[in-house]
Amino acid sequence: MNARQAGEHVLQVDCLRVEVRTDRGPGPVLVDNVSFALRRGEVIGLIGESGAGKSTIGLATLGYTRRGCHISGGTLDFDGRDIRQMTAAERRALRGPGVAYIAQSAAASFNPAMTLFEQVCEIPVRHGMMSVQQARTEAVRLFRELELPNPERFGERYPHQVSGGQLQRAMAAMAMAAKPDILVFDEPTTALDVTTQVEVLAAFRKLIREHRTAAIYITHDLAVVAQIADHIMVLRHGKTVEYGTAGQILQSPREEYTRRLVAERVAGHTFRDDLASAETPILEVSNVVASYHSLLRVIDGVSLDVRRGDTVAVVGESGSGKSTLARVIIGLLPRQSGDIRFRGDSLPPRLAARSRDQLRRIQMIYQMPDVALNPNQTLLEIIGRPVQFYFGRPREQVRARVLELLRMMDLPEHFIGRKPGELSGGQKQRVGIARALAAEPDLIICDEVTSALDQLVGEEILRLLKRLQDELGLAYLFITHDLGTVKRIANKVVVMLKGKLVAGGETAKVFAPPYHPYTELLLSSVPEMRSDWLDEVLSRRAQTLQAMRDAQIQLVP
Amino acid sequence: MLRLIAQRLGLGLLTLFAASVLIFAGTEILPGDLASAVLQNSATPESLAEMRKELGLDRPAAVRYVEWLGHAVEGDLGRSLASHRDVVEEITPRLKNTMFLAVYAAVVAVPLAVVLGLMAAIWQGGIYDRAVNFVTLLTISVPEYLVGYILIKYLSVRLGWFPSLANVTPDTPLLERIGLTFLPMLTLVLVVMAHMMRMTRASVLQIMASPYIEMAFLKGLPKWRVVVRHAFPNALAPIINVIALDLAYLIVGVVVVEAVFVYPGLGQLMVDAVSKHDVPLVQACGLIFAGAFILLNMTADVLAILTNPRLRHPR
Repeated sequence: MNARQAGEHVLQVDCLRVEVRTDRGPGPVLVDNVSFALRRGEVIGLIGESGAGKSTIGLATLGYTRRGCHISGGTLDFDGRDIRQMTAAERRALRGPGVAYIAQSAAASFNPAMTLFEQVCEIPVRHGMMSVQQARTEAVRLFRELELPNPERFGERYPHQVSGGQLQRAMAAMAMAAKPDILVFDEPTTALDVTTQVEVLAAFRKLIREHRTAAIYITHDLAVVAQIADHIMVLRHGKTVEYGTAGQILQSPREEYTRRLVAERVAGHTFRDDLASAETPILEVSNVVASYHSLLRVIDGVSLDVRRGDTVAVVGESGSGKSTLARVIIGLLPRQSGDIRFRGDSLPPRLAARSRDQLRRIQMIYQMPDVALNPNQTLLEIIGRPVQFYFGRPREQVRARVLELLRMMDLPEHFIGRKPGELSGGQKQRVGIARALAAEPDLIICDEVTSALDQLVGEEILRLLKRLQDELGLAYLFITHDLGTVKRIANKVVVMLKGKLVAGGETAKVFAPPYHPYTELLLSSVPEMRSDWLDEVLSRRAQTLQAMRDAQIQLVP
Repeated sequence: MLRLIAQRLGLGLLTLFAASVLIFAGTEILPGDLASAVLQNSATPESLAEMRKELGLDRPAAVRYVEWLGHAVEGDLGRSLASHRDVVEEITPRLKNTMFLAVYAAVVAVPLAVVLGLMAAIWQGGIYDRAVNFVTLLTISVPEYLVGYILIKYLSVRLGWFPSLANVTPDTPLLERIGLTFLPMLTLVLVVMAHMMRMTRASVLQIMASPYIEMAFLKGLPKWRVVVRHAFPNALAPIINVIALDLAYLIVGVVVVEAVFVYPGLGQLMVDAVSKHDVPLVQACGLIFAGAFILLNMTADVLAILTNPRLRHPR
């Protein structure tokens, strides 16, 4: 299958249509009339928000649809044969050696009970292309090419024994093992930390370029796709919004929707300038230490202040202890030493020892509204509960208050009888905010509140939070890994690394030179729309890492 | 991981201890006591008191419990009241019979159930899947004595293939024993297979919804390989637990089947002992049953821990 000349189309998709099949005839259309062609060595980026049909298109090129869906129209021409017309056996032969898939979460897509060697070698061995020994040699070669540590022995490990970034690269090795004609990348860096994302992205690009493999790169992040794609297709609700070269889409988008996507990404680089916060802090965290069971300190000597009207961002990568800090402030995890003062009084370390008033004044909004709301309760119960619990109001007043809160959230009043399952992701997050506000708090801890949402929906939530802050004078402690968000909404920021604060202060100062080396590393890792960003950051990174070594900061424990 | 396993073993011992307390308390509150059981009709208040003193029954229950447990740990389970033989001697041949039948049934049922369950998972929703589900549901719903009698009627009386009575003695040779106990074995297999087969099917299908299974399909692997190689190893823990419960049932809960086939097993012995007020024998049987139950469940726990790659291969 590899004896094909450059320039010829490897894959030609025409008028692809994918539908959900229900018991009562045809259901919703997931992909509608999508066409594109892919040449050898060419990368096409599919971009859009969730529900745009990107993954469905990616999977369709492997002749695969998720449960309940089917390809109902169009042709998928691979190597002169229509994938739709293939028999089950031909389709199996296509998957792996012809088209290979790289999934979003490597942690979930590797079998926990098998070694990496077993899984990486499975495609060439099971398709009868190589012996086990040859496949192993090839796997080691790919591990080395992808700069995985100790390539000879790397494959002997189980998935849980390697880091997320390494696992994602191992999945690329798995896909490449049989030298496929097309690689389908389905949001392969979304689950990674920013600093890891840069390395993985660079590894993927090198792989594609050196092997001249055609690729479909699916993502919701325009800046990521800008680094890797030749062509970009913008999708919405299963339809093509705009299709063109990467340069055209990024620099001169024709469609309104594309313009909005591009604009939101660029908007991520302005500082918030209003710094109108009160004098005395409402929350003072001083020198707090906390750990789970072990002696290892998850939070190690952290101090910060939050004033009325403040938005203090806590940034850091996974494992930096930022969510643990929230748990310590809330009292779910008692601190071991240090002090947390709220409105001048020291808060008891344990949740159970705090007064009802102390509990009421600090509320929390969660990352995943899906799991933070009881699916069996109506919005009246969910939002009304804190009103009743903290203020003991009679039933009709509770109802009136819930309606008022729904209006504040821009949610229709008739939602009061609905359950979370009937709402969209953004609407659920609004309910989460309403529930926090129902307690009339002084401080709201926002734990990654937009990271489970689509870009444009997340923007709306941020705007809502800002409006509520202006109206009610709330203070936010904003835990996030998204530095773009921080720049826009936070007037203060603290940067955490392995449980310690490495930098802190006003956002404009922390995020401006002279940087702390780790802050610089984080900032430089946020993808930018320029297509030369990745090359630039890679060359700069060597210097930054050297500076961090000089300052004796280790990224990996 | 070793700590986890040690923890399970410790818990098992603790459970066994608790069970011994319950068994002792249970025989203690049986109506009538040892003395009245021994004397039966010749009991007068004086002779009863005499006998109680002789048997040490006038001492507090706690003291007697400690004494009994101490002896049991040393392997001395006392003497049977009915036959006046050593309880251990009384029990040993019966226990051997029970274990033989349990192992015989397990050796047939476990592999069969797992294979049938895997096949049902591979052809999920198909004719085979539905047929197997229906048949096993049927055999599990029919009371075991009825299954036994139906088998006797057709396979023994009508066709004459297998004997209807499993009257083995300690010197029956192995091959003959296998033939004699074929029908009780088949009855037990039919009773326990549905659990194991359905659990295998259900837990494999649950794993089949995982992203790494989708990945395996996207690697172009045939379905049988995805099920057997990718899904099954990850579905083992719940399957092992159900197998352990069923094995425990095969040892502990087969009195009815023993009765139907007149098989000299431990269950029969215990029922007889209860009706004869043979307290030492009842206690001994109780301890053995509890021990078997706890041992099997503990083994299942340990095996389930061992199937978890995260525990087997720490970071």
